[in-house]
Amino acid sequence: MLSLFKFKGGVKPQTNKTQSVSEPIAVAPLPSRLFVPLHQSIGGTPQPLVQAGDHVLKGQMIGAADGWISSAVHAPTSGSVRAVAEHIAAHPSGLTTLSVEIEPDGKDEWGERTPIDHGAMAPETVRERLREAGVVGLGGAVFPTHGKLTASKTVPMEELVINGAECEPFITCDDLLMRERAEEVIRGVGIFRDLLQPKRVLIGIEDNKPEAVAALQAAVAKLGEHFEVVAVPTRYPAGGAKQLIRVLTGKEVPAAKRSTDLGVQCFNVATAWTAWRAVAHGEPVVSRIVTLTGNVEKPRNWEALIGTPLAEFVKLGAPKADTNGYLMGGPMMGFEMPAMDAPLVKATNCIIAGSPTLFPPKAPEMPCIRCGECAKVCPHELQPFEMYWFSRAHNFGKTQEYHIFDCIECGCCSFVCPSRIPLVQYFRFAKSEIWAREKEKNAADQAKARFEWKTAREEREKAEKAEKLAKAAAAQAAKKAAEAAAAAVAPAGNEPPPAGEPAPTGAPSTNAASANASPVAVAVTANDAAPLDAEAAKKAAIAAALERARAQRAAVAPKNTDHLTAAQAREIAAVDALRQQTGLEAAPPADNGETKP
Amino acid sequence: MITAIAIMALGAVVLGALLGYASIKFKVEGDPLVEKIEAILPQTQCGQCGYPGCRPYAEAINKGEADINLCPPGGMEGVQRLADLLGREVKPLDAEEKPKAVAFIDEQTCIGCTLCIQACPVDAIIGAAKQMHTIVADLCTGCELCVPPCPVECISMPVIGENLDNWKWKYPVIELKKVA
Repeated sequence: MLSLFKFKGGVKPQTNKTQSVSEPIAVAPLPSRLFVPLHQSIGGTPQPLVQAGDHVLKGQMIGAADGWISSAVHAPTSGSVRAVAEHIAAHPSGLTTLSVEIEPDGKDEWGERTPIDHGAMAPETVRERLREAGVVGLGGAVFPTHGKLTASKTVPMEELVINGAECEPFITCDDLLMRERAEEVIRGVGIFRDLLQPKRVLIGIEDNKPEAVAALQAAVAKLGEHFEVVAVPTRYPAGGAKQLIRVLTGKEVPAAKRSTDLGVQCFNVATAWTAWRAVAHGEPVVSRIVTLTGNVEKPRNWEALIGTPLAEFVKLGAPKADTNGYLMGGPMMGFEMPAMDAPLVKATNCIIAGSPTLFPPKAPEMPCIRCGECAKVCPHELQPFEMYWFSRAHNFGKTQEYHIFDCIECGCCSFVCPSRIPLVQYFRFAKSEIWAREKEKNAADQAKARFEWKTAREEREKAEKAEKLAKAAAAQAAKKAAEAAAAAVAPAGNEPPPAGEPAPTGAPSTNAASANASPVAVAVTANDAAPLDAEAAKKAAIAAALERARAQRAAVAPKNTDHLTAAQAREIAAVDALRQQTGLEAAPPADNGETKP
Repeated sequence: MITAIAIMALGAVVLGALLGYASIKFKVEGDPLVEKIEAILPQTQCGQCGYPGCRPYAEAINKGEADINLCPPGGMEGVQRLADLLGREVKPLDAEEKPKAVAFIDEQTCIGCTLCIQACPVDAIIGAAKQMHTIVADLCTGCELCVPPCPVECISMPVIGENLDNWKWKYPVIELKKVA
């Protein structure tokens, strides 16, 4: 028998699980409307693939995964899409999220389902299948499962831990799943085992669920697997991933590290079951088992479609008259559903109807008396009272020094606090403030970098422009000097160019070269000659300018006669001949004008 | 007497050399306070403080030329943090504190004049001459510098409301109940 380890702290609240385990899992009837939120898992928000008016089949993808850490979303039943619009989310804020509203047609008609044989497939294909099927961690964190199924290259995979602890009071959905569908759970674990190749597979179940332990052990024996099904002591939060890993393997996951760094990976039993359905039956995650308990006449577990509105779901349990609210999740970590039309999502493991007698209103918060009870029960060995003071004082830097981000918000500290301080709420507040600041800081840094880039670019452009202008000015000056030189040279040679006849084309450039070589000499000769032959110089300059203009025009003229076939050349020759005959060629400028567009 | 003077002189020379060496060896480049002030400023580069960007404002604060309450995007929290850093008195903000917004171009009205692109300090507007422009919302700092140059007034500044991405857990409030 495996020797177990202990984790520090923890509490033993009343489990309240017996109410909902007497009945088997039942399939919830089709609701009149389904509101399927597109963003149900950690990671990128899936892109909607349908629009209002479309007909969808059960299991049809309605939201495509966006990025690798993201998971697809599917139509939970066949019907027509009424809208793709904002709808209230199953979230403590009560804000809306983009959701697909589906009106079921009552046929519950499956789309195409293609089972695959994962043993014969490359691991990438299996992971891709899980991503396409929307398989996410159903323990509550809803992290896309395929993202956890790549074995680390540096650390050998030692243990695969399957979490069936289900430590929160009231919740029994995993218990019933393991009892009734043990074989498929074990087969799903087999998929994870094949992908990760661990040395051992450990399935941890709290010892208050002997039926589930027995069922899984029987299934393991039947399938001939070598998984160890271990009953762990019942103590909240034994179902926390880090706590269960600690209990089963003795490994303590350090702060800011993942369990994979120690060669351990952890999955929930319900995730294993959905993975098996997705791979072996081609069924994406369109429903989940939800415990409906608390202040209801008929507590039990339901297999409910994702997107079922809370109001229609709770009717199945016949809530008692004094019900005053519904919790999603357990009483330790759950939150109050913001509205009755908020939908069930992949993370919804339990709905607890609350009443003043079941959850009496909390007495007012009293001052902290530094009793240290919270530190005694903290499973992460933090000091909640210290974090509380600093959170309360908005001193977020200090809360981080006390490792507030290692807090898993399990609620043990609030549970034992004799002053009834809502410690976890303070920590959540501090965490989200720190995150928001971090985000703002990053945005500011980015803006600063972009601003600096823009300023640098503008300055560079300005400099380039100035340089260009300076170059042009210099060229102009050089040209002027060259012309003056040409004018000076011409009379010196006693050969004034006849009016109308252009100066030789090569002259200006050679003169410019000489001007560049000895500008002083040229300037001197020009100055000497200027008073004598001002008129001649002017004429020469005009002639040179005319020549330059002509050369420029020639350069600009279209050059579509470079690469011609023999036939085209002949044609052009014929046209030219015709032109010569009619005397058109005598006027080349007119010709230029014609060819220009 | 002479020995005493010599010892004192020697001490002065040695210590002076030490100080001189330290001032070269441990020289601090730039003014670290300006960096710290700038880190607090929100980097919207909006110029609402009267300086052309966050850096010039930080420099002006450092020199004592500018007050610490001139930055509307930073809000009262920014003033508070600047006051804490500089040991100055907290003053009420010299302008109205506005909720965070991003620019939005009405693409039906945009004529593609590129004036807003030139005005944007963080290059968050994409477009070309006679082509429709659009804002990259993730990069927009909400500085409003693109609004006045637009000749057809097609840029608006919708406020970013609370959504699931920026929602924060609230400070636990102790409810006050009326007694009888």
